[in-house]
Amino acid sequence: MSIRERLSGNEAVATAMKQIDPDVFAAFPITPSTEIPQYFAQYVADGKVGTEFVTVDSEHSSMSACIGAESAGCRAITATSSAGLAYMYEVLYVAASARQPVTLACVNRALTGPININCDHSDSMGARDAGWIQIYAENNQEAYDNYLQAMRIGEHPEVRLPVMICQDGFITSHGVENILLEETEAVKEFVGEYKPENYLLKKENPMAVGAYDVTQYYMEHKVQQAEAMKNAKQVILDVAADFEAKFGRKYGFFEEYQMEDAEYAIVLIGSTAGTCKVAIDKLRAEGHKVGLVKIRVFRPFPAEELAQALSKCKAVAVLDRSEGFNACGGPLGAETRNACYDLENRPKIINIVYGLGGRDCAVEDAEKIYHHLEKIVATGVTGPVYFHMGQRDLREEVL
Amino acid sequence: MAYSLKNELAKPERFVGGHRLCAGCGAGITCRAMMRALDPEDKAVICNATSCLEVSSFLYPYSAWTDSYIHTAFENASATASGVEAAYRVMKRRGKVDENYKFLIIGGDGGTYDIGLQSLSGAMERGHDLTYFCYDNEAYMNTGIQRSSSTPRFANATTTPSGTESTGKKQNKKNLTEIMVAHNIPYVAQTTFIGNFKDFHEKAHKAIYTEGPCFVNVMSPCPRGWQYPAEELATICKLAVDTCVWPLYEVVEGEYHLTYMPKKKLPVEEFMKMQGRFKHCFQPGNEWTIEEAQKWVDEKWETLLAKCK
Repeated sequence: MSIRERLSGNEAVATAMKQIDPDVFAAFPITPSTEIPQYFAQYVADGKVGTEFVTVDSEHSSMSACIGAESAGCRAITATSSAGLAYMYEVLYVAASARQPVTLACVNRALTGPININCDHSDSMGARDAGWIQIYAENNQEAYDNYLQAMRIGEHPEVRLPVMICQDGFITSHGVENILLEETEAVKEFVGEYKPENYLLKKENPMAVGAYDVTQYYMEHKVQQAEAMKNAKQVILDVAADFEAKFGRKYGFFEEYQMEDAEYAIVLIGSTAGTCKVAIDKLRAEGHKVGLVKIRVFRPFPAEELAQALSKCKAVAVLDRSEGFNACGGPLGAETRNACYDLENRPKIINIVYGLGGRDCAVEDAEKIYHHLEKIVATGVTGPVYFHMGQRDLREEVL
Repeated sequence: MAYSLKNELAKPERFVGGHRLCAGCGAGITCRAMMRALDPEDKAVICNATSCLEVSSFLYPYSAWTDSYIHTAFENASATASGVEAAYRVMKRRGKVDENYKFLIIGGDGGTYDIGLQSLSGAMERGHDLTYFCYDNEAYMNTGIQRSSSTPRFANATTTPSGTESTGKKQNKKNLTEIMVAHNIPYVAQTTFIGNFKDFHEKAHKAIYTEGPCFVNVMSPCPRGWQYPAEELATICKLAVDTCVWPLYEVVEGEYHLTYMPKKKLPVEEFMKMQGRFKHCFQPGNEWTIEEAQKWVDEKWETLLAKCK
């Protein structure tokens, strides 16, 4: 039986952690993810988990400790945001290349420069090519559900990659919403025991981790990593199918909302999906054929499946909650354009950067985007394909 | 049983031949002696910072280590080992490991005095049950002999070259051993390769078998960086100790013990003149550098003696 609760996104993820009762949690605080280790510290203090809770000196050390603990043969987790994730940058790659399935709860926050504590995706997008699986949530329920699926994906013998479970800072992490929790026994049964094949503390067979990998071998190891990321696609779907069979909630690479006959679509990641759905309901009632693709799995990127989902659209707006600073768009925009290139009838695609540093995105903003897409198709003029939305000075606005 | 080098050398090697370290390098000697200090029935996990040692002892697909070994990066050996040690504790509690494991960290001075200092300090403060061995060769040798905070004043390094306007490094060596003592950890020691290795062995064994975080600083000369003939390694170490450049001592639960008193304290130039890195100090007009070096060593030695009383 599911349990009805009201939790913030942070408490939802901390609850998932408590139910899984992992072996090692390496903790370092940073807003807005700090609550996760705080909740967890209380679980440790109250004897609700048997985890070794290691309060390290930095995020670089938390990820390093996680790699050490996973290599030793156990489940290791951490949580971070923004500059904390950036500080881990070097060792994120080490975790992935050492094929250690660490689970990281990422509470998305803008990267410093200038400092800002609110939501955007620049932190995890900066780590998008580090070899980590990245799964994003729209709300607290998805953050919880994604977390319950993370270890089975990362620890799968065909995958063995670290997993980042992302949610929007403050909007999701601190917003208290209704949630369905699962019984701890059912969670434990679903997640299962971690049984690595080889590990440092295996008495029969000592192991060496982290070799100096010379030119004659390095490339093969990178190709194996790339293959593992490809393998992750099927495993993600299999785990989602099991999750649905057990708990009744359905997940895939992305969620399609009103996409069956949609001519105008938005592609985005995270909590803005909720806002967008409200706009869709309103516009649908007025007869507009509008829809949404909310990306759940960004790494591995479901390129073929996304292209298929967008294949009947006339125009698509890709919303990026992080700047690419490449003078031509954001990361989701680039991936989506790439995915759609081989379609026989490509939709017109524009890329809008929005919501940086917590800038709000309202229902009216989503409506404006749909109207803009309709105008592109009606006039045959695409106009700018990369621009920003929601700035203080409206003279700068395209929409 | 009394210490016997012969008996110690009869133990199976746990750091074996085939590694790519240079002839006359102190790192390999440190590793062999460190591994000999483990009781044969105990298993170990070695955690290594990026260094000459790492790239020379674990080139895929070969390892010179017979025990489990992990390297992740340069600055985080202590944090990585903290994770391994935490894993051991929880796995033991949860019945997933039966054997006794010891956790040994080894890093060079770059990975210990400088870039790894934060994670080292964190691991020591948290009280993990592990021992950190620093093989201190007084510069970044792996990248080509750049100065570190452990490089002594006046040493020639590739980022502190001597020249018409320079007499080598401007700053004195950081005293990391004292910084470790300030962490109030149960055991801190300084050693090097002297005689029959009794001093090294006893300190390493004590460190490994003292519960909690322990630190052993090992002067481990580098023939490339210090510029001495490889076969002179033992002489250099003996001179470092007899000039009091590198005093041998240990601090047990905060109590200082000198473990070697030179019969006759030699002038520091005896140590310096054997090494090419100090060659410029012996040029006419640079006599003051040797005087300064002597003054600093004397001061530090007196301070240490006062603490050992």
